[in-house]
Amino acid sequence: MAEASKETKKTRRIVVPGEIIISGEDHLPGDFTRKEDGNIVANRYGLADDTGRVVRIIPISGTFEPRRGNTVIGRIEDINFNGWSIDIGGPYSSFLPLSECPRFIDRNSLPDFAKVGDVMNLKVWSIKKGGVDLSLKSRGLGKLEGGRLIKINPHKVPRVIGKEGSMINLIKNSTKTEITVGQNGYIWIKGDVSGEKKAEDAINFVVEEAISQGLTEKIEKFLKG
Amino acid sequence: MAYTKRSDGRKMDEIRPIKAEIGVIPNADGSALFAFGGEEDGTVAIAAVYGPKPLHPAHMQEPDRGIIRANYNMLPFSVTERTRPGPSRRSKEISMITENALSSIVDLERFPGTVIDVEILILQANASTRCAGINAAAMALAHAGVVMKELVSSVSIGKIDDKIVTDITKEEEDWEEGEGSTDIPFTLTSRTKQITHLQLDGGIQTSRLKEAYGAAVKACEKVYEYQVRALKGEKNKRE
Repeated sequence: MAEASKETKKTRRIVVPGEIIISGEDHLPGDFTRKEDGNIVANRYGLADDTGRVVRIIPISGTFEPRRGNTVIGRIEDINFNGWSIDIGGPYSSFLPLSECPRFIDRNSLPDFAKVGDVMNLKVWSIKKGGVDLSLKSRGLGKLEGGRLIKINPHKVPRVIGKEGSMINLIKNSTKTEITVGQNGYIWIKGDVSGEKKAEDAINFVVEEAISQGLTEKIEKFLKG
Repeated sequence: MAYTKRSDGRKMDEIRPIKAEIGVIPNADGSALFAFGGEEDGTVAIAAVYGPKPLHPAHMQEPDRGIIRANYNMLPFSVTERTRPGPSRRSKEISMITENALSSIVDLERFPGTVIDVEILILQANASTRCAGINAAAMALAHAGVVMKELVSSVSIGKIDDKIVTDITKEEEDWEEGEGSTDIPFTLTSRTKQITHLQLDGGIQTSRLKEAYGAAVKACEKVYEYQVRALKGEKNKRE
């Protein structure tokens, strides 16, 4: 990767676990790195960012790691006496308790509000040992009716959204669909059938070409053609 | 007849040509292919990694750490005589040693009560299938973004008659003349060169075992080089 360092300072290179990112005492280990015998060593596969004093690794692959406050999309897997178990991906099972719903719901008729298989837009409320609690108490959260649910790699979500939503708005406007992107990589699309299909293809195209330059132009071309 | 020349013309310490690739299974969280030798007569293994994810049944969960669950399987067409797919004495043993070889490099404490599933399939077999499987699994784990200290590389060193040879084939494994054949698969960590797995099938003098370890260190460096190249070269391809 010699050619990478010759270019601008912002160019990042891929590192593998156990690789020495940078030597010397001028840097501090950040996310997913450790210090070993005066070297900063990578702890996972990803892009190394050594532009600042703190060296860190930006993940490019792998599963979703829930953080408090993440907006996610989930599908209901099961209903029990005081809430819903929801699949949001990631290492732990997650749960939406009845008390985190914004309006009154009769304890005996939970399926009237949401059934198994329904899709919801939710917020990660807390992460406890061995489980994630979700909430509906925030603006824009709730059930997503109709449409289709697709899954992408959660680390590609920022690329799909684009700068201040430029990419996703471009796709929304030209396919005339409603799109909601969860930070867990689940994307909900609603529109007419051909629009939904086109939006899905466009999103997968963004994911595949995530590292290339001038992506917005490529997508414009893709949506026209 | 003493063993002076290898049947495929390799030097005694020469490894078969290696092929390594990542992202071969789109639905997995991480995947890799690793092959020793050519397309017609080599050993080809693919590995897929899923997780970390919730572990069921719950009694298998460890409260202070996650676990790795490896599953090694030889596909029916991978050998000349069809093998029955599914667990056998041999495949269970290899699954276990793969788990042990990988557990010490992965940061399992990060996600307590979860499992990382590692599925290894042997598409074609010509000795050292477990080594190819472990090499593929290490790459697949890295590709899946699992937090780990370093990679592992695996290679099998043999003693054919009285010669220490690197990366033996099936033909060499079956050598019967002179002192016969010994197969010693090694798995070493990439940075610290520590042994995470070592097996020995046959007999060897204590002094020669050190010689075999030296050969393993040299060969594993070569394997590691290819693993890294595959992981880095992926940049311009699909995720």
